[in-house]
Amino acid sequence: MQLESMYQDIILDHYKNPHGRGLRDPYDGESFQVNPTCGDEITLRVHVDGDTITDVSYDGQGCSISQASASVLNDLVVGNTVEQAMATMNAFVELMQGRGTVEPDEEVLDDGVAFAGVAKYPARVKCALLGWMALKAALASAGVAGAAQGVEVQ
Amino acid sequence: MTTSTTPGETGSVTPGSAATAPADAPLDVAALRADFAILTRTVRDEKPLVYLDSGATSQRPRQVLDAERKFLETANAAVHRGAHQLAEEATDAYEDARAAIAAFVGVDVGEVVFTKNATEGVNLVAYAMSNATTAGPEMERFTLGKGDEVVITEMEHHANLVPWQQLCQRTGATLRWFGVTADGRLDLSNIDELITERTKLVAFTHQSNVLGTINPVRQIVTKAREVGALTLLDACQSVPHGPVNFHELGVDFAVFSGHKMLGPSGIGVLYGRRELLEAMPPFLTGGSMIELVKMEQTTFAPPPQRFEAGVPMTSQAVGLGAAVRYLNSIGIDNIAKHEHELTRAAVAGLSAIDGVRIIGPGIEADGDVHDRGGAVSFVVDGVHPHDVSQVLDSLGIAVRVGHHCAWPLHRALGIPSTVRASFYLYNQLSDVDALVAGVREARRFFGVSEDDAGGAGNGQAGG
Repeated sequence: MQLESMYQDIILDHYKNPHGRGLRDPYDGESFQVNPTCGDEITLRVHVDGDTITDVSYDGQGCSISQASASVLNDLVVGNTVEQAMATMNAFVELMQGRGTVEPDEEVLDDGVAFAGVAKYPARVKCALLGWMALKAALASAGVAGAAQGVEVQ
Repeated sequence: MTTSTTPGETGSVTPGSAATAPADAPLDVAALRADFAILTRTVRDEKPLVYLDSGATSQRPRQVLDAERKFLETANAAVHRGAHQLAEEATDAYEDARAAIAAFVGVDVGEVVFTKNATEGVNLVAYAMSNATTAGPEMERFTLGKGDEVVITEMEHHANLVPWQQLCQRTGATLRWFGVTADGRLDLSNIDELITERTKLVAFTHQSNVLGTINPVRQIVTKAREVGALTLLDACQSVPHGPVNFHELGVDFAVFSGHKMLGPSGIGVLYGRRELLEAMPPFLTGGSMIELVKMEQTTFAPPPQRFEAGVPMTSQAVGLGAAVRYLNSIGIDNIAKHEHELTRAAVAGLSAIDGVRIIGPGIEADGDVHDRGGAVSFVVDGVHPHDVSQVLDSLGIAVRVGHHCAWPLHRALGIPSTVRASFYLYNQLSDVDALVAGVREARRFFGVSEDDAGGAGNGQAGG
């Protein structure tokens, strides 16, 4: 059934038990993003130490896809360098914009590969990318070098 | 109602069922559905389409498509210019459509202005008022400035909100609004404080596209007239679904869109009381809307042409005329009754599900719904509206999800978004049954239904 291909158990688990949810101090950059077609929103903060992203905290309201995506983002990004985070983001965006044709690399995306099914639903791709848009903007507002590079997530 | 069949017109627009249907007869939905080819398609793994999104856009019957095609194949020309035969026929078809539409909403033919959609109709009035503000004193009744007020409501679609908000920002006028009660009605308790001598215009919706609420037009119009304010009615959700007569309602302006009433997209209607259209400055200027043009000065054509600059959308107008004839042949009262039954069944069926809350007027003490149309919005506790709609979509059921271009309303109600089912003449009770079963399935899938332990989660982050 198509529904299960979108709502993988991994996604539903993250939705039910989100990782790293809640806004925390200290932080170096913050971004508020909203999906104007549905009103879903997220506020996301990054805390950076040197090149390393030491925390990503977030809060917001949205569907299972947008909330699970933010939880997976937290797993994939915290503890890694900005450069690694950008590479991960690019891989995730490529997956989401691939209309189901991109084979995800589990080495890079870990639980993020579960979103491959979402990529077949254009109306939901924005949900999955909402948190990543916020990460990119939050890193930019933190003045992190390299944050402005990478693919366009809009 | 004109039934003329000038060249370029559609000829017969007899729907599948209704040619012989007497007044007050229940609709023969199965027969009229045969006019809507799209309703026979399947979606998402061969599921029959259950189309419950007519509030966003309606489907078009063959008769409307045929009318457009026939016009384009036999009479297409630029209207109101040229003296060749095609130009004459095209102009006749365009003006016949205007006459049919005017009669449908109880107004004079010269009071119907074609616009590209209802949004443009609202903007036409808003920008005419802007233009009046920089014109001479003879435009005073349309001018806005510091100390003047525009009154709207919190349940407006963005199309009847943003133009007024922007107009107020441009002119220094103040925007004020009616709130909404917890049960989804307009809160008119402070009408005397809101509509005052300072009020220049009151713009409000006839029927909320989210709540389904039908507003008391006459009460608001009466108050507006007392203080000399103009009124503009957003009739996008009312004209397609029931009998509406703008003269009887007494509004000064009204807008509605073609694509929500079986007609083409790219065409909408602005109704303006004749005397106002004659006095109001134009919005768009250029060809067609002029009387006399010199290098230094231009005078304008009388309405409605004054407000239809450029070559208009012609086949779309013809298509909308055919849509009106189709609706007439079935009977708008019959359609209203049919939709009332569907609405009552949907509100009752959804309300009976644990954790489902109707956002808008529900079932009243007498077991029926009152003063509400067929836009039925709801939330499901623990399942985000997007996820509800995804489950429904997997079952072939097309609903709208989000804030439905009424973000301030959702904010006022404390909910980020809703699921909305909306009905039209081609929907049937089995569609309502499918909707109710689909919502139950969404609860089961996301594990918020007590009769299922294997579901997905409690949806804690959901709205």
